[in-house]
Amino acid sequence: MSIRFEFRRSRSRATALAVFALAAPFVLPLAAGETIGPVAVAHAEEQQKIDTSRLVSIGGAVTEIVYALGEEGRLVARDSTSTFPEAAAALPDVGYMRALSPEGVIATNPTAILAVEGSGPPDALQVLKSAGIPFETVPEGYDRDAIVRKIETVGNFLGVSDKAKALADKVAAEIDAATADSAKREDKDRKRVLFVLSFQNGKVMAAGAHTAADGILKLSGVVNATEGAFQGYKPLSDEAIVEAKPDVIMLMTREGMHGGTDEELFAHPAFALTPAAKTKSVIRMNSLHLLGFGPRTATAIRDLNAAVYGKSGNVSQ
Amino acid sequence: MKQGTSLKGAARRLAGRHAQGDRSAIAKATVLLLAILGVVVFLYSMTTGASGASAWDVMTSLLSGGSLSDLDARDRIIVLDIRLPRAVLGVLIGAALAISGTVMQGLFRNPLADPGLIGVSSGAALGAVAMIIFESTLPAGVVAVIGAFALPLAAFVGALVSTLLLYRIATLNGQTSVATMLLAGIAIAALAIAITGILIYMADDKQLRDITFWNLGSLSGITWSKVLTAGPIIAVSLIVIPMLARGLNAITLGEATAYHMGVSVQRLKNVAIVAVAAAVGASVAVSGGIGFVGIIVPHMLRLVIGPDHRYLLPASALLGGILLLVADMIARAIVAPAELPIGIITALVGAPFFLWILLRGRAAHGL
Repeated sequence: MSIRFEFRRSRSRATALAVFALAAPFVLPLAAGETIGPVAVAHAEEQQKIDTSRLVSIGGAVTEIVYALGEEGRLVARDSTSTFPEAAAALPDVGYMRALSPEGVIATNPTAILAVEGSGPPDALQVLKSAGIPFETVPEGYDRDAIVRKIETVGNFLGVSDKAKALADKVAAEIDAATADSAKREDKDRKRVLFVLSFQNGKVMAAGAHTAADGILKLSGVVNATEGAFQGYKPLSDEAIVEAKPDVIMLMTREGMHGGTDEELFAHPAFALTPAAKTKSVIRMNSLHLLGFGPRTATAIRDLNAAVYGKSGNVSQ
Repeated sequence: MKQGTSLKGAARRLAGRHAQGDRSAIAKATVLLLAILGVVVFLYSMTTGASGASAWDVMTSLLSGGSLSDLDARDRIIVLDIRLPRAVLGVLIGAALAISGTVMQGLFRNPLADPGLIGVSSGAALGAVAMIIFESTLPAGVVAVIGAFALPLAAFVGALVSTLLLYRIATLNGQTSVATMLLAGIAIAALAIAITGILIYMADDKQLRDITFWNLGSLSGITWSKVLTAGPIIAVSLIVIPMLARGLNAITLGEATAYHMGVSVQRLKNVAIVAVAAAVGASVAVSGGIGFVGIIVPHMLRLVIGPDHRYLLPASALLGGILLLVADMIARAIVAPAELPIGIITALVGAPFFLWILLRGRAAHGL
């Protein structure tokens, strides 16, 4: 293979093509400007003018709130995370909240869309907005005030602010009552809980800071064993598990799905060295209920409290 | 570099060109047929979707010069702003992936070559994953400027950087070694995948889910502005690549022979690599990871029309576009009103088909 000629000429052409290719994504959108596609219908219409009679609800907590407000009659579709209450699961499913299809949503002929923050993809939302369907984003959050905010946002959008205020007050009061006991607990009595999102092939995904799990642990007056050393859900090394010194291991159940047995868990060399192994303290809870941060959060707090502190400190269920 | 067994036979047949007049007639007919089929599938895809929007009303009204405002607003948006850009870019992406696969297989004289092999797709994936993870740390001003194009742009830059890097490594004294390029491509792909792995480790669970869905590929959420971003890049490549047909035919006989036949081999390689990087980079940028189109389509077509690139290249573009449109229709229909990522469909249909070709080839050539 000894061919050499015309490199000068060819390189300049190749470079020109490369430069064009590189530049095009920057230049073309500017050229296209905002004139492409339908003109977005102003979202700033007054709330009472929005027709919410055919509503698509995206996000488990949002759907729960619509039901809790007694406004479920307006729902025509929901996303795949909206599985509670059972009646919601019977509605048409427009797909996973982070992978929505614009035409699929429009096909349910909605007059309005309520979506929890983080729904997407952004392009799909952009298309939905430009289709002139009023769209409201419900802010996500993992504490008491966030739940109140969610309820108020949903209620205002549906034009039932009074009902929403009442519901928000009721839910906030329930949460306050649920957290009142745990707030009084002395720091030295607080248990360390390791929240294990998944436990497969010996690999552990645990909850760090800024997660729904961290939020519910805080509300329940227990210490997240990872102590915010990292954010989000991360794989934990064996040594990090030992270092976290959890008093209780918390596993998630989803509908019909169960983790391994306690024996399997403590056969794991890292878990075997934790304080939790001595007392065989393992908790299994429904992840949708626990991490939803909707109207049922007070119950979730009570359940978690009872599971961790139980009677006479023996937390083994 | 050794020639692939099946391509060697192909080259031999090409050399005796007058002996295959009937073959070129078949090839011409196939290209024409695919063009017609393409138009039919395109129009049909406009009429299908989760909603019962009456595409025919919209289309006939447009064709008869009727005014848009007479139409139902929702139908108009669904047909003209959701389905049409999606179909247009879907055709272009399918064509780009397929024609790139054909060029790569011709250039590398290796029936397994596809853009994924030389690291273009991995580079694009690295760019996209990096953008998903670091978007929140970018200065607000930058985000405001690039906006919704951040992800496609990052993927595109990733594809281009990995290709240019590959090209620098494989080019010495103005000559590009195909063997070095293939090996360097594998190494660069591995490197890109490893760095992607580090980024995935840093990702939080939300970003992880974004990455997963991006990797599966989708034509969902394609807007006119995306068509205008990626479309021209792909279109230029689709025009440039078929011009390389004669050179690619000559290269099947070996680079030295091609050179003595008067083909500017180095220039051919330069143009082909840049065109493929541009086409695949732009495609992956918009649609995420859509596998198997690039490797399947050339094999399907070679069975029917033989190895002549003059017909193979345009036919690949057409068939690739058609296949992606069909896959997209399936993706949209199967779980409506939700939709499946299209990459799942192409792999699900493509992989068994590829195995079938392989088994056939094994029986025929003892592969």
